[in-house]
Amino acid sequence: MKEGTERKLIIDGKRLDGRGFEELRPIKIEIGVLKRADGSCYLEVGDNKVIAAVYGPREMHPRHAQDAKMAVIKYRYNMAPFSVDDRKRPGPDRRSVEISKVSREAFDPVIMKEYYPKMAIEVYVEMLQSDAGTRTAGINAASIALADAGIPMTDLVSSIAVGKIDGEVVLDLTGVEDNNGEADMPIAMIARTNTITALQMDGHLTKEEFKRGLKLAMGACHQIYELQRAALIERYSKSEEREEKKRD
Amino acid sequence: MYKVVVPGDFISEEAERAGEGTYVEDGKVYAMNYGIVEEREEIKVVALSGKYMPAKGDVVIGRIAEISFPFWIVDIASPYEARLHVSEFAEGRDKIEFGSMSRYLDVDDFIVAKVMDVNVLMRIELALKEEFKMSGVGRLVEIPHTKVPRVIGRSGSMIKTLKEKCNCFIFIAKNGRIWIKGSEADMNLASEVILKIVNEAHTSGLTDRVTNFLDSFRRDKEKGEEK
Repeated sequence: MKEGTERKLIIDGKRLDGRGFEELRPIKIEIGVLKRADGSCYLEVGDNKVIAAVYGPREMHPRHAQDAKMAVIKYRYNMAPFSVDDRKRPGPDRRSVEISKVSREAFDPVIMKEYYPKMAIEVYVEMLQSDAGTRTAGINAASIALADAGIPMTDLVSSIAVGKIDGEVVLDLTGVEDNNGEADMPIAMIARTNTITALQMDGHLTKEEFKRGLKLAMGACHQIYELQRAALIERYSKSEEREEKKRD
Repeated sequence: MYKVVVPGDFISEEAERAGEGTYVEDGKVYAMNYGIVEEREEIKVVALSGKYMPAKGDVVIGRIAEISFPFWIVDIASPYEARLHVSEFAEGRDKIEFGSMSRYLDVDDFIVAKVMDVNVLMRIELALKEEFKMSGVGRLVEIPHTKVPRVIGRSGSMIKTLKEKCNCFIFIAKNGRIWIKGSEADMNLASEVILKIVNEAHTSGLTDRVTNFLDSFRRDKEKGEEK
């Protein structure tokens, strides 16, 4: 942290990648990329590349973990060994177990589990390339993959991080900003009702900064929600166009 | 034109018309599925994907997965397995003894059955339909159950065309399994066309295109025979 503060992250009111304080990184969404999954989504946020796959509802194993009244959600966040600069030791670790739990709980209020007693709904989120904010990118991708799998939900979940660098509250930190900044705060939210389903914070923020950051993140979640929704809607208008082209 | 919605989309103020695939919050109807809005007496969202969930009265094609006296456990292309009781079979016959169930229906046999009951724990009871046993006759095509209405067509137009032009017996079950009976060439054609319908579902004018496709196929074939 100490040597980090010497490096300037904001130059002439712009961030190192040229973004403004309240600007998101570019987002790219592709739906249905995995043929054998019930639902899937590939998503890019800046240099983050994640792929989410949803299987189910299908039989819950181990059986003793079944719930007779509702489905059980399984969520696995995993980083590929090649997703970061130094090779990441493969397999679950303390960090990924925590992120899996937090992400699973972010979906708890939206998935209508009571429709599938005794079943499991499995979400696998793989980070192929990582540049800070992978858990939020993973939640955004998983949300679309769940819809693609036909899982009944009350809403989509959207997610983004805010942080503090060089004393300024900024949106959507990159890896350099995260490592050298003062705080990072990912949130997940239901855009329609402004319900926050996950919130974590690493570092220090004053009460005012927290409030400002939260407001900023909530605004950004609305933007992301619109992107998610547009991608899902476009998928079917696109398939119609494709057919028309084929016919010509 | 289809209206596609995603979970959480507002659909209507008329809460009393809320149907399948929707939920009501504060007197308003929202979408629960990613699908297409269908407004008749009820407002429904027809899902574009998802697993088959049996409902009472559905006619399904099942595969005997296991025998566990006094039930046959049947795979009905759903996350949940269904059960068929021996008494369903034994009507007017001698009682089926323990251990002799496989003589009547064995593992991997296919049956046509009706869903009699689905309880809250998703225990599914089946009853046999007449002509239930499908052993060795014709072939089975499996498609996503969400595409079944498309293969049947508006008031059965698509399936009627298929049956006539392909010269096949075609039976479509609610769970997305389709039973085809006919000559080898006819069955090949029918399964090809069904896959075409599935791939091009959600495009308009599909019935007409399928009719054209089948007509041109017949013409080509006749030409080929003349040569």
